[in-house]
Amino acid sequence: MSHNPQPAAKPQNFWSSARRLLGLLSPHRAALAVVVAAVIGSVLLGVFAPRVLGRAMDVIFAGVVARSLPAGADQQQVEAGLRAQGQDTYADMVSAMELIPGQGVDFGRLGALILLVLAMYTVASALMWLQGYVLNRVVMRVVYDLRAEIERKLNALPLSYFDTRQRGDVMSRVTNDIDNIQTALQQTFAQLVQNVLTVLGIVIMMFAVSWQLALVALLALPLSAVAAGVIGSRSQKLFAGQWKATGVLNGHIEESFSGHELVHAYGRQRQMQAQFDERNEDLYRAAFGAQFLSGTIMPVMQFISYLSYVGIAVLGGLRVASGQLTLGDATAFIQYSREFTQPLSQIAGMATQLQSGIASAERTFELLDAPEQEPETPTARLPERLRGEVRFEHVDFSYDKDAATAGEPPMIEDLSLHVEPGRTVAIVGPTGAGKTTLVNLVLRFYEIDGGRILLDGIDIRDLARDDLRRQVGMVLQDAWLFTGTIMENIRFGRQDATDEQVVAAAKATYVDRFVRALPDGYDTVLTEDETSVSAGEKQLITIARAFLSRPSLLILDEATSAVDTRTELLVQKAMAALRENRTSFVIAHRLSTIRDADTIVVMESGRIVEQGSHAELVAADGAYARLYRAQFAEGSAEQATEPAAEVPSEGSTDGAAEDSAQ
Amino acid sequence: MQLLRLLRTSTRPYLPWIVGVLVFQLLSTMATLFLPSLNARIIDDGVTRGDTDFIWRTGALMLAVALGQIVSAVIAVWCGARTAMAVGRDLRRDVYRRVGQFSAREVGQFGAPSLITRNTNDVQQIQMLTLMSLNFMIMAPIMCIGGIVMALREDAGLSWLVWVSIPVMGVMLGLLMAKLMPWFRTMQERLDGINGVLREQITGIRVVRAFVKEPFETERFRRANQDLTEISLRIGALFVLMFPVVNMIMHLATAAVLWFGGHRVDQGEIQVGALTAFLQYMLQILMSVMMATFMFMMVPRAIVCAERICEVLDTEPSIHPPLHPAVAPPAHGRVRFEGVCFRYPGAEAPVLEDIDFAAEPGATVAVVGATGSGKTTLVSLIPRLLDPVAGRVLLDGVPLPDYAPQDLAGRIGLVPQKPFLFSGTVAENLRFGREDASDEELWEALRVAQAEDFVRAMPHGLDSSVSQGGTNVSGGQRQRLSIARALVARPRVYVFDDSFSALDVTTDAALRTALRPVTRDATVVTVAQRVSTIADADLILVLEHGRITARGSHAELLEHSPTYREIVTSQLSAEQTTGGAQ
Repeated sequence: MSHNPQPAAKPQNFWSSARRLLGLLSPHRAALAVVVAAVIGSVLLGVFAPRVLGRAMDVIFAGVVARSLPAGADQQQVEAGLRAQGQDTYADMVSAMELIPGQGVDFGRLGALILLVLAMYTVASALMWLQGYVLNRVVMRVVYDLRAEIERKLNALPLSYFDTRQRGDVMSRVTNDIDNIQTALQQTFAQLVQNVLTVLGIVIMMFAVSWQLALVALLALPLSAVAAGVIGSRSQKLFAGQWKATGVLNGHIEESFSGHELVHAYGRQRQMQAQFDERNEDLYRAAFGAQFLSGTIMPVMQFISYLSYVGIAVLGGLRVASGQLTLGDATAFIQYSREFTQPLSQIAGMATQLQSGIASAERTFELLDAPEQEPETPTARLPERLRGEVRFEHVDFSYDKDAATAGEPPMIEDLSLHVEPGRTVAIVGPTGAGKTTLVNLVLRFYEIDGGRILLDGIDIRDLARDDLRRQVGMVLQDAWLFTGTIMENIRFGRQDATDEQVVAAAKATYVDRFVRALPDGYDTVLTEDETSVSAGEKQLITIARAFLSRPSLLILDEATSAVDTRTELLVQKAMAALRENRTSFVIAHRLSTIRDADTIVVMESGRIVEQGSHAELVAADGAYARLYRAQFAEGSAEQATEPAAEVPSEGSTDGAAEDSAQ
Repeated sequence: MQLLRLLRTSTRPYLPWIVGVLVFQLLSTMATLFLPSLNARIIDDGVTRGDTDFIWRTGALMLAVALGQIVSAVIAVWCGARTAMAVGRDLRRDVYRRVGQFSAREVGQFGAPSLITRNTNDVQQIQMLTLMSLNFMIMAPIMCIGGIVMALREDAGLSWLVWVSIPVMGVMLGLLMAKLMPWFRTMQERLDGINGVLREQITGIRVVRAFVKEPFETERFRRANQDLTEISLRIGALFVLMFPVVNMIMHLATAAVLWFGGHRVDQGEIQVGALTAFLQYMLQILMSVMMATFMFMMVPRAIVCAERICEVLDTEPSIHPPLHPAVAPPAHGRVRFEGVCFRYPGAEAPVLEDIDFAAEPGATVAVVGATGSGKTTLVSLIPRLLDPVAGRVLLDGVPLPDYAPQDLAGRIGLVPQKPFLFSGTVAENLRFGREDASDEELWEALRVAQAEDFVRAMPHGLDSSVSQGGTNVSGGQRQRLSIARALVARPRVYVFDDSFSALDVTTDAALRTALRPVTRDATVVTVAQRVSTIADADLILVLEHGRITARGSHAELLEHSPTYREIVTSQLSAEQTTGGAQ
């Protein structure tokens, strides 16, 4: 996909973003000065060298002409002789040369000129290398710093930044856009300078040699500009069309393959295929047009350069013949006219690349400029060991502060809750009731709008966020592990833990058993597509991680997704082990967890509608009782009445015993 | 080699176009090569003799040649673009068709993401290689050989310069590239590495912050960043050599031509014009060598792509539609498994073994078991996403392989584990199984699936669009739409593969209540984890390691099956199992 030029995203504010991008380079001013000096040097040498080559050609030509002339006479005599014979043009040409009649090529001079040219080119090449080398180092340094800055920024942004944006968008800013900036810095900037200078230098040289020929050659300039402009902008449009058609077709392929079983099960193969054929044909047409038109740029540019080549050959030939120009100058001209179309077409191509680079820079700057978390001014510190008493006092919170001022109901409203040390609070309620928000507030992922949250009597806003979070352990539904070994992932909980401590935590949370069965044990590397560790086992690893961190306060989010029953049982037990003697907030889905909790908090639209133990709430016959019946009683209401009596009591008490034993 | 095979077969229909490319490239190259020779004549026969008339005439001829050159070049580009794009189109179609014939088994083997890449990116690579080959790679040897021929015609005495400079150029570039290519691969890997670290940081941001592990992550990132920068610098240091080296070789060649050519001119062996022409040819030859070397950089990547494409094309689908489909029996929805075994090719242990059961219209069969016990495989056999290796599956008394695919599809409504939606409107998704369903029928299905409220709340109701993969609706909503899609099709057999897992409990209960009358006459086969979902099934199958180890009703199994009891007690406790009637 990456091989076609993507339609360049237009930057909003080209110049200010470009200036800021260049600003990133400013710490490397000295190195950049070297780059610019090297570019100028190599361009100058490159521009002068054909001139010297032309001189060398003149020496050869003069030798040829001289040899055909009678020896002994001097140049004036020869000229006079030629004019006497009526060969006026020939005489004119000879008069423009430096020659000694009768003598052949002056190899001493030729050798000197060739050595001079070689020296010039060697220095030019060395400068070219120096320029590339230094620039590469500078760009790499800048990109390195930019990446590091972005990473720092990611850690400093409030969570709400990630909530309000698509993950893919943030990802693309930190990856694709940076790559794009690198390409723009590396290729466009230096080459732009080089190409513009080269064109300028060549034009100056051409005028210095012969302004008449220069005018002929310069005719190519507007012609190429027009051709490149017309074909370029048209093919840009066609490329956009091709890009779009590719997107549509790839989307279709992606869906057909991802939904393969559905397509088969619903007998939709024929329709899908017909649609594919149509879109494939669309892409073919779009791609053909784009490739053909863009493919003609080269022949057309070449043709224009041939036009000026022919013009120079003819006009140059006439002028050499009439002695107004030396042959060497004519050959130098031919070389100039060839070297001159190339940077021109490159400049045209760079415009789009530069634009896309600037657009990327703009998106990156946008990320870097996003407001960061409110700076903290901690006035209190937590003791080494917490009791774990949590108190919510009239807490208000909205994700969207603007919506809140506009009068929309806040996410959490006037919420008060008191949790005694070591107790387990089960939070239940429908999706969107604010369960996750509530625990996020404890971790201070978001700042509350009103009221306060106290931990062991200390307002958490008076604490440093890190100080607070170090005391809190968390296990989320979505088992997040990073690419690394199982050992490293568990140790994530406490960096200074010894291997023994890690293994002990793994044992306490049922991780040890399945890890030992893996061929690489604790050194098994977990990657995104790792299949030897199941979803439930990954969950267990996250529990081990939290266990190792020895938190005073726990936040658990029970998984709703299907984990197989045996692992599920282990997860339950591990979570119970983790909860022991710790104040715990559990976003609960399982009845056993809910029922065993010291307090059940029933939430609806950001408020606590009921609070109490299982027995109390069932007796109250309110929201909890309704929920409870819907969830757990309904399914077996019809048949379970009778068989329930038959359930062997030891089987069920086993289950209960197992639960409470942990 | 796979690449050659693929190119040979896929370009065969476009042979005339390729011949066109060859002919017109040849013409255009010949024209290009002719120009310096004409220029030489201007110098030798015109300038030296002062024949202005000759100069004008030759100039006109050059113009004509240049015109001929652009015309042939454009025609060649036209033929080349046509061929390459057609090759791409055909390959894409072939791969797509082939995957369309695959059963779930082959798709599972490759993995859908891999198949997608093969069908898109890999084909694109081959297409680009074809285009580049036709536009440039064919030209390079023509240019090179033509240049050599013309150069020798101008002066055979200087030919040794050609023979020396071509290998020097080729070897120098080849060495640089051989060194760079593996480094490029390493750089790509490290780039993926650093992007991976960033991706993990963004997805795990809550965990990282909760554990106060920002410094740890920063360190991880710093290392990845350093690795990447290190290889980039290494590549940069070598890569910036490339252009100066090429330049230097060209200029050395120029100097040599002038020096040695000067001697030959002096001795009267060649004319000055011929020398300038020789110089031009020399540079053209070296340019073509450079171009050819760069072209070769594309080849290793294309080889990998070609192998990946051929792998798909060479895989035989394991399921074929019947040549002579049976006449479909009256549709009741009776499903029967007889001694069914399933095993993946090459796998030691079978996924399913000796599965026997019957599901009658109006009855619900629930399948329970641990992950990897074969539940999904079992239900995949019903819509014939897979064929058993032994035994058979019958629907209304006819073995599945005898059904015309359309007939079979019309009778079965599958709600897969991953509730996948296609991009398009809600209505288009719901009509996936029956295109002529009325809006009222769609609303009815949505009502049953507990999806009516949120679809009504969407800005355009049934015409609201669902993005690719259904990412703009939540997991639970996606699942409900996926259920509604099956309901709209009005099948005789419903297959629910863990289809209620993302629903919150209240919705789950309401949905099951609403489903009951709708599925009264149909056969329901369901895979589930929640006890509440399976408890009222007529028949529960307990699957362990691919075998049915227990079967019966909820009550029977509670009594007889320890595995089933374990499943139940993990979710409900004693009080719950006995107190269901509260």
